[in-house]
Amino acid sequence: MVVAFSTDGENLDSNLDARFGRCRNFLVLDVASGDFKVLENSQNLNAAQGAGIQSAQNVIASGAQALVTGHCGPKAFKVLQAAGIPIYLGEEKSIRSLVEDFRNGKLEQLTSPDVEGHW
Amino acid sequence: MKTIAIASGKGGTGKTSLAVALHLANIDRSRLLDCDVEEPNCHLFLQSESHSSQPVQIPIPQVDLAKCKLCGKCVRACQFNALAVAGKAGVLVFEELCHSCGGCVRACPHGAITETLHQIGCVTQSLTKLGGELVTGTLTIGNASAPSVIRAVKRTMPLVDREYTIVDSPPGTACTFVAAVDAADFVILVTEDTPFGLNDLKLAIEALHNMDLPFGIVINRLQQNGSLVRDYCQKEHYRILLEIPDSRIVAETYARGGTLLDAMPELRRPLRVLLENCHET
Repeated sequence: MVVAFSTDGENLDSNLDARFGRCRNFLVLDVASGDFKVLENSQNLNAAQGAGIQSAQNVIASGAQALVTGHCGPKAFKVLQAAGIPIYLGEEKSIRSLVEDFRNGKLEQLTSPDVEGHW
Repeated sequence: MKTIAIASGKGGTGKTSLAVALHLANIDRSRLLDCDVEEPNCHLFLQSESHSSQPVQIPIPQVDLAKCKLCGKCVRACQFNALAVAGKAGVLVFEELCHSCGGCVRACPHGAITETLHQIGCVTQSLTKLGGELVTGTLTIGNASAPSVIRAVKRTMPLVDREYTIVDSPPGTACTFVAAVDAADFVILVTEDTPFGLNDLKLAIEALHNMDLPFGIVINRLQQNGSLVRDYCQKEHYRILLEIPDSRIVAETYARGGTLLDAMPELRRPLRVLLENCHET
């Protein structure tokens, strides 16, 4: 399974970024093989509006089948839900430890947006 | 016909108070447009009867999923992030982010996008008991496209023939301010005599310089022992059109629903002169 993580770093020891729409990078990891790639999300850092929508499309385009992030607002949630990508909430700790949590089914899956827009 | 816009960088400086008083003092020769469409309130001070109400509609894209090939060209064309390709689910449209530019329609190579009209507010034209005309724009709660409603207010055909159109603008210096003062013959900047008022006055002046619009300044709640704003205007050689003293009577009258003219009838004459002075020097 391929999972995307929001982060401001570039490797498995980087911390998760709790922000989804305006995180700097997505680390996209194949959980089975351990291979990963880092996708820039920086064009959204300065977006006047709709950062979450564009970030959601970046996640979809990355081929990820699931997302781990800190929070997710209503518009991004709508896009990811339409694309059938489940969202899991993680704490701001290393991606390496979150992968373990994910494997062990310890991450909570979002069934609705957990924050308002412009959070 | 001349259009005079009343604006201010800061909220609560007395734009509406001045606009209503200026209209009432010049009832024989002015119309009043309430362009503060997020919370119009001129009507509270003018007994008026609605003559007609028109919806304000803006075009929003609609995607025909049978024709859509999910190429994403519309998404890349949109400068407002209002469209999203959600995998095979198709293109999602976020109406509240759309600025109705029509870019996505032109960008679509498959003719899959058409536009449908959505109502975002209304424009009400009224005749007041004193024989004046009031036009009020109201943005529907939850919508963000205030400039579209402001432009619709300014496009209305007059019910009465008057020499001046007075525009009560929204506060700030953002796009709503620009839409309200755009194409005015003259702008009256109302400021209160405080450091906040002065700071936001400077922002409004900078915006008007960029738009190349002539303006003059009305100082409201003038401080008797040393006026910050007056000193600034004199130093920069900006025209002061009128000074309104800081008065408890004005506040008390306002709280009872009265106008500036009710509190200070002596302003009637200066407000007639003020309108005549609204031109470039």
